[in-house]
Amino acid sequence: MISLVQLASEEKQNPLIPAIPELVIGLIAFVIVFGFFAKKFLPNINKVLEERREAIEGGIEKAEAAQTEAQSVLEQYKAQLAEARHEAARLRQEAQEQGAQLIAEMRAEGQRQREEIVAAGHAQIEADRKAAAQSLRQDVGQLATDLAGKLVGESLEDHARQSRTIDRFLDELEQKAEAAR
Amino acid sequence: MSNAQTLAFETDCHIFEGCGFPTPGLHSFLFKPIFTVGGFEFNKPMLLALVSSVVVVGFFWAAFNKPKLIPGKLQMVAEIGYDFVRRGVVYETLGKKEGEKYVPLMVSLFFFIWIMNLWSIVPLAQFPVTSVIALPAGLAAIVYILWVSVTFKRHGFIGGWKNITGYDRSLGPVFPMVMFFEFLSNMIIRPFTHAVRLFANMFAGHVLLVIFTIASWYLLNGIGIAYAGVSFAMVIVMTIFELFIQALQAYVFILLASSYIQGALAEHH
Repeated sequence: MISLVQLASEEKQNPLIPAIPELVIGLIAFVIVFGFFAKKFLPNINKVLEERREAIEGGIEKAEAAQTEAQSVLEQYKAQLAEARHEAARLRQEAQEQGAQLIAEMRAEGQRQREEIVAAGHAQIEADRKAAAQSLRQDVGQLATDLAGKLVGESLEDHARQSRTIDRFLDELEQKAEAAR
Repeated sequence: MSNAQTLAFETDCHIFEGCGFPTPGLHSFLFKPIFTVGGFEFNKPMLLALVSSVVVVGFFWAAFNKPKLIPGKLQMVAEIGYDFVRRGVVYETLGKKEGEKYVPLMVSLFFFIWIMNLWSIVPLAQFPVTSVIALPAGLAAIVYILWVSVTFKRHGFIGGWKNITGYDRSLGPVFPMVMFFEFLSNMIIRPFTHAVRLFANMFAGHVLLVIFTIASWYLLNGIGIAYAGVSFAMVIVMTIFELFIQALQAYVFILLASSYIQGALAEHH
């Protein structure tokens, strides 16, 4: 209880008159506190408070940006998907059309080839026929000459003989035609 | 040391033992010097004032020396205190733009005064430093010098005086009288009341605490023990009440300081 020991003062006391030593010490004590606050503590904490505010606001901004980006990506994706579907439909359509065209072309080509083949066949037949006719005419001419010679050489009095010659000629003709085949 | 100026603790005298109640008085606020250097007497209030500085600086050093983005417990408590003064007092009265540069002054005033008041209920210290007029007077003088210089800086010499005296011709013939009273109120009474409001509150609170504490001791004899119990209950009640008053008076001091500066910055009408 030493600290509670009071000073007995004989002189008249006025509690409203400040004592200079106490005033000086009090001001020094305050200036120390003020100096630390003004030069150190408050600049320190203000910096951190500002950083914290920025961090919070920055975080919110980042989240908003991410959300916006996600939204735009989603829309882009949806658009791409729709486009892809459209494209696929278009391709299918196109393929169908192309297929149909191909079939038609092939059919036309087949038709054309068939006609060509037929035409070639006809031409061949015609050529063969012509060649045959040519050859036949030559042979007939030869035969006619031969026959005329024989007729002239033989007597024509006998009708029977005459008809026999003709028959013989025709037989001969037939045999030749068969041989030509 | 006469008997009348000695507290009960030192006499070990109780009721019914033939000694009077050792009433506390002005002598309760005077201390023997702890040491004397060349006529300079270093006493308990001075020691407590310096210890207050150490406590405030030490606490905020621990909290704000390396502040973290995500605060620890200590930093969070300190931030709440800082924010209370900054937002709750300075921004409220002066606004964010004008008030910012007065924040360090108000924050240091608040915590310095509060801790000095707080010694009142700290065992062994048990003395509010602000119940010695020198400390509130010194702090009030700082605020006084500040707001007067702000007035003249903001409004010039003539404008400053107009601001302080509430110059207003529209008041008619009474305006010189109004000017006189405004001058008296602002320049002379204001700093006085600013200091005395804090001083008197802490002084009275300390006297009350001392009375009930001494009475609790003095009454410890015979039937007096019952009364001593009541007195001791009052000590506890007053201690809790003082805890409230200490913070309130520190708050009032800086609130008034802020409003004086606000008045100095305001346009005179």
